[in-house]
Amino acid sequence: MSESTHDGTVALSPAVSPDEGLTAGQLAAKYGLTVSGARPTLVEYIRQLWDRRHFILAFSRAKLTAQYSQAKLGQLWQVATPLLNAAVYFFIFGVILNASRGMSKDVYIPFLVTGVFVFTFTQSSVMAGVRAISGNLGLVRALHFPRASLPISFALQQLQQLLFSMIVLFAVAVGFGSIPDLSWLLIVPVLALQFLFNSGLALIMARAGAKTPDLAQLMPFIMRTWMYASGVMFSIPIMLADKPEWTATVLQWNPAAIYMDLMRFSLIDGYGSENLPDHVWAAAAGWAVLVALGGFLYFWKAEERYGRG
Amino acid sequence: MADQHIDQQGGGRIPTVIADELHIVYRVHGAKTGKGSATAALSRIVKRGEERGVRKVHAVKGVSFVAYRGEAVGLIGSNGSGKSTLLRAIAGLLPAEKGRVYTNGQPSLLGVNAALMNDLTGERNVILGGLAMGMSREQIKERYQGIVDFSGINEKGDFITLPMRTYSSGMAARLRFSIAAAKDHDVLMIDEALATGDRKFQKRSEERIRELRKEAGTVFLVSHNNKSIRDTCDRVLWLERGELRMDGPTDEVLKEYEKFTGK
Repeated sequence: MSESTHDGTVALSPAVSPDEGLTAGQLAAKYGLTVSGARPTLVEYIRQLWDRRHFILAFSRAKLTAQYSQAKLGQLWQVATPLLNAAVYFFIFGVILNASRGMSKDVYIPFLVTGVFVFTFTQSSVMAGVRAISGNLGLVRALHFPRASLPISFALQQLQQLLFSMIVLFAVAVGFGSIPDLSWLLIVPVLALQFLFNSGLALIMARAGAKTPDLAQLMPFIMRTWMYASGVMFSIPIMLADKPEWTATVLQWNPAAIYMDLMRFSLIDGYGSENLPDHVWAAAAGWAVLVALGGFLYFWKAEERYGRG
Repeated sequence: MADQHIDQQGGGRIPTVIADELHIVYRVHGAKTGKGSATAALSRIVKRGEERGVRKVHAVKGVSFVAYRGEAVGLIGSNGSGKSTLLRAIAGLLPAEKGRVYTNGQPSLLGVNAALMNDLTGERNVILGGLAMGMSREQIKERYQGIVDFSGINEKGDFITLPMRTYSSGMAARLRFSIAAAKDHDVLMIDEALATGDRKFQKRSEERIRELRKEAGTVFLVSHNNKSIRDTCDRVLWLERGELRMDGPTDEVLKEYEKFTGK
C-alpha cells in the first residue's frame, strides 16, 4: 500500500530528488540510518549499561526510600523489619519447635538469623526480578535504556536492604558471644558473590516473567521449597544424618546453602570450617560467575522484545 | 555538521526517520475470546505455538513514511487510532510485528512520568528523571536550577523538597514537563504535552517546545488541538484505525480532517 494510491491520500510532492525509486532499506543505508529498537551487540550493550550506572544506583535507592516514606517511623523500618523477622523465626523455630538440634543456643540463634537474612536477599531478588519488566511496562515503553538496568537495579535494592539487616545481624552475633575479628571481613567477598548470583537470577527471572507474568504467582511456592531445602533453620548434615549421604551433599552444594554457610562461618565463632563442604569458596565463585554470565546473556538475547506486553 | 548544511542548501533532503510497512500488534492477556477456563489457559502455556487465548490488537497497520531533517510533523486522528503507538514504535520502545523503522540516532519520547516516584521529593525526582533520560550527573547538576525555575514549583514556597504526592495535579504535571524538556534531542516526539498546567505555564512550555524544535533534527507532535498543530507543524500525518489516511502539508490535511470530524 503506497501513500499515493491510498484513498484520499495527498502525496507530498518533493522536488525531483536523487533518492527517487530507492526502497526504504536502500534509503536508510544511504543516509546511515539504523533500525530503531534493534538489539545492540553485546559489547555495545555492556557499554550502554555502564553509562547508566548512575541511573541504576539512583533507581534502586529511590525504590528503597519510597518503600517506607509513608510510615510514621520512616526509614527506621529498614532495621525494624528484619529485626521483627528474626524475632518471629526465633520464636517459632528456636522456642516452639526447638530445631536447634546439636547446636548450643549461642550458635543457633545467630545461625538462624544469618540464614533468614541471607536467604531473604536471594528470595526478594528473585521476586523483584520476576516483576522487573512486567511490573514496569510503563517505564519500558516510555524511555530508552538498556533493560538489564531494571533487574540489576532491583537486585541492588535488595543488597542495600541486606546491609541494613546486617546491623541487626552484627548486634545478634555480638549479643550471643561472637567477637568481631578478621574473619568478619570475609563478609565482603561473600556478599559480592551472592550479589552477582542474585543479579544473574533476577535477569533470568525478568526475561521469563516478561513472557509469562504468571510466574509471579508461582515463584513464592518455589522459593519456599528452596528455603526449607537449604537449611535456613537447621543444619543440613545433622538433620539428614539418617538419610542417604548424597541428599545432604546435594542440599549443601546448592548456592543458597553455600552463601548462608559462608556467612555463618565468617560471623559466628562457634561455627567452624568443619560445617562447610570442601571447596566451598570455589563453589560460591563458580555459582556466581555461571549464573551472572548466563543470566546476562539470556536477558540480552531478548532485549528488543521487552515491552510488547 | 558542515556537510549536512551544504546538503540542505543544495535541495537534497536528509531523511531522519523512515517507516517501512510498519505493523504493531499488542497482545492482551486475560481478555480472552472463546473458552476461558483455567485448563485451556494451561494447555496454551504448555503447547506454545499460536496463542489462542491472547487477544491481539492490531494498532498500526502498514504505515510507511519518510520524515526529513528540520521537519515538524503533526500526528492527528481520533482516539485509539494508533498515534501514540506509532510514536513509541519510532522511538524503538515497542517492538514491530512486521516492517521496520529506520532512524538517525536515538529518537526520544518527551515523557518521564513513568520513571518518577510519587513518594520521593521533587528534588530527588528531578535527579532520577534526568538519569532515566540518560543525562549525566554533571548535566543534571548544571540544569537543576533551570528545571526547578521553569516548573515554577517554588513560586509558592519551598515545594521542591516535599514528596511529589503532596503536589496538586497541575504542579506535578508542570514538574514532569520541566524534567522531560530539559534534555536536547535529535529526533523529538511529543505526546500531547502541551496541555499541562495553567495558561501561563502553557505559554512557557510552547516556547520551550519551539526551542527544542530548533535544536532537534525532527519533531513529531501528537495532539488533538488543531490550533497547536497548525502553530507548530508544517506536515501532518493523519492516522485512522491504524492506517495512514493522509500525509501532506498541514493546511490540506487539517481541512480534510475537519471535514471528516464534522467541525
